[in-house]
Amino acid sequence: MGIMSRLGVILRAKMNDILGRAEDPRETMEYSYEKQLEMMQNVKRGIVEVVTSKRRLELQAAKLQENVAKLDARARQALSMGREDLTRMALEQKQVILSQVQGLDGQIADLEKEQQKLTTAESRLSAAVEAFRTRKEVVKAQYSAAQAQVKIGEAVTGLSEEMADVGLAVQRAEDKTEQLRARASAIDELVQIGTLEDVTGGTPDIIERELGKAAISENVEQELAALKAQMAPKQLKEGQ
Amino acid sequence: MIIRILSEGQYKLDSSLVDSLNDLDNRLVEVVGEGNEVEFRRLLTQMLDSVRERGQSLPVTELMASDLVLPEEDITLEEARQLFTGEGIIPG
Repeated sequence: MGIMSRLGVILRAKMNDILGRAEDPRETMEYSYEKQLEMMQNVKRGIVEVVTSKRRLELQAAKLQENVAKLDARARQALSMGREDLTRMALEQKQVILSQVQGLDGQIADLEKEQQKLTTAESRLSAAVEAFRTRKEVVKAQYSAAQAQVKIGEAVTGLSEEMADVGLAVQRAEDKTEQLRARASAIDELVQIGTLEDVTGGTPDIIERELGKAAISENVEQELAALKAQMAPKQLKEGQ
Repeated sequence: MIIRILSEGQYKLDSSLVDSLNDLDNRLVEVVGEGNEVEFRRLLTQMLDSVRERGQSLPVTELMASDLVLPEEDITLEEARQLFTGEGIIPG
């Protein structure tokens, strides 16, 4: 079985879902716009979901960028104190975060594409629904009841195929946002700086602590030197 | 013959093209089986482009039933594979 026939089966199954199990699906469609409205709402909801997911990823990317800047500052600070080990640790962590940012950028671009596709699907669907309404009125006015039923039946098939196509697109977008949601939760942990232990063998918190210690001992050394300087003249005087 | 490219729309084509589409379709199934991403992308593009180039685009307002359904152009090899393993759909 090829991809074309497989997709044909899937699309028909989706059409049956949409049409429901009414005795005469043509009647279902002719007398009720419920399904059409439902599908329009599905698309709109799909768009909202995609946009929400995209915003979340954008927010995460921004926070990770802040962390990159933070680690940059720490690397400089560490190097100025002559602590190459801490500098290296900070730079390693920065690389890990940068690769996460790149991954996020790719996912944001993916969602952007999904959003565009659903927006196109929405306008196609609304054009199809509108065409169906017009067609139905024209057919009713021009043909006998029996002929009209056949022609409307054809239009119902065409419309439901369009709706099935849109439905598959919405489903695909939902699957994607679902997958990204799981990854986004994992990245949320990364955003909370200090959880990179497994990747680099040290956390930014450790760098901070070490830098703090280094700063303290530097201050101690300075104060000690200052004290020595204060005491020195005294000792000299006493010695005179 | 009317062909739908998912997420894109319908095209009206001469029925004589169905053989070459079937041929491309069979090769696509093979590369999905092999997991050959590069060849999958190449064949898919060739398949969709042949429909776009030789077919006449139908407006959405035509409301016609399609004879054949082709995948959307950004379908991944993994998604194509899942077409054959997906649950809830009865194989024809």
